[in-house]
Amino acid sequence: MADRDRLTIELWILRYRPAQDEEPHFVSYTVTYTEEMSVLEALQSIKDEQDGSLSFRWSCRMAICGSCGMMIDGTPKLACSTFLRDLAPGPVKIAPLENFPIERDLVVTVADFVKKIESIYPFIMPKETKPVEAGEYLQTPAQMAAYEPFSDCINCMLCYAACPQFGANPDFIGPGAMALLQRYNGDSRDAGSRERLDLIHGEDGVWSCTAVGLCSEACPKLVDPANAVNQNKTNSAFDFFLRGLRKENHS
Amino acid sequence: MTRPPKRTIAPIFWLLFGAGGMLSALFGTGLVIVTGFLLPASPPSYQAAAAILHNPLAGLVALATIPLFFWHGAERLFLTLKDMRAGPRPLLALISYGAAAVGTLVTILLIFLMEFGS
Ligand code: SF4
Ligand code: FES
Repeated sequence: MADRDRLTIELWILRYRPAQDEEPHFVSYTVTYTEEMSVLEALQSIKDEQDGSLSFRWSCRMAICGSCGMMIDGTPKLACSTFLRDLAPGPVKIAPLENFPIERDLVVTVADFVKKIESIYPFIMPKETKPVEAGEYLQTPAQMAAYEPFSDCINCMLCYAACPQFGANPDFIGPGAMALLQRYNGDSRDAGSRERLDLIHGEDGVWSCTAVGLCSEACPKLVDPANAVNQNKTNSAFDFFLRGLRKENHS
Repeated sequence: MTRPPKRTIAPIFWLLFGAGGMLSALFGTGLVIVTGFLLPASPPSYQAAAAILHNPLAGLVALATIPLFFWHGAERLFLTLKDMRAGPRPLLALISYGAAAVGTLVTILLIFLMEFGS
C-alpha cells in the first residue's frame, strides 16, 4: 500500500460560535489520515493545522473519561474510539450530541445531566457506618456481579443523545442516571434503595421511558442502561402497590 | 432535601400491559394459528363455539386473556399516540385505556351471559 499515508477524507463539522454565528452551520474540512486515526485525532489535526478556533471536549483518548461524545454520521459515538477507516470514503458529518444545548461547536451543556447524576445519591449508603478498625464491608463475587456492569458507566451521555424520550422531555431522569442508580441499589453493601426509588416514581422518573432501547445500543461500555430502567420500572410498580405494607424506617 | 416527586398511576397500566404481553407471548401465536388458519377451514357453528364457554374453566381463561390482551394493546396504542403527539395526554389516555375498559366490561358481560344466561 504505497499511498497508505495519503488517504484523505472530508469532514463536515457543525460549527457554532455564540458570539459570531446566528445559528449552527456545517463547515467542510479535509484531512489526511492513516488507518489507525480516530475522529478525535482528525479534530485535533484540524485544530492544529487548519482552524484553531474549533472547540471540542476530550481527555483520555481511550474511551474511559466519557468527554468526547458527539454525533458521527447521525449516531452518538465516542470520537476517540471511532476510526476514520470505518467512515471512509465520507464525507462524514460530525455534530454535537443530540438533545443537549450547544455551548460552542461540538461542546454541549452538561450541567443538567450532572444535576441528575448528583440527585440519585451516587454513593454507598451503608446500613450502619462502622469505624475503619472494624474492617471492610465484605461482598461475595455473586453479590458484586449483581451491579458490576452498571458500574462501568463513564457518564458519556451517548445514551441521552440516543433517547427520543429525553429529547421530548429534558426533565426525564434518563438512562445513564438510571444505570448509576441501579449500580448502588444493586449493591449488597448499600441501604439507600428506598431514598433513590422515591426519586423515580414520578412522570419524569422511570415512567418517562417507553422501552425504545436505543440507549443500550448507543452505550460504548455495554452498560445496558435499558435493563436498569426496566428493573426499576418493576421496582417502582411493586412499590406502588406494596407501599402500604412497607415499614417506614426513615423520616 | 426537596420533596420526592409525585407518583404517577402509570404502574397500573404497565402491569396490565406486562401481564397481557406475557399471555400473548405464550398463547398469541397459538390463537392466531387456531382461529386464523385452522378454524376457517372448517368453521364451527356459533353454538359449538359458545358451548366451549359454558365450561366454567374456559370461561375463566377467556375472562383472563381477552381483557388483558385489550390492556396490552391499549398501552402500546397510548404510548404510540403520545410519541406522535397526537393530542393532549389525558385525551389519549382516555381513548386508549377507555377502549380497553369498554372491551373488558363487554367481555365480562358476554361471558357471564353465556355462563349463566342459558
Ligand atoms: S450508560 Fe453507557 S452511554 Fe449512558 S452515560 Fe453510561 S457509559 Fe455512556
Ligand atoms: S477522550 Fe476520553 S472517552 Fe474519548
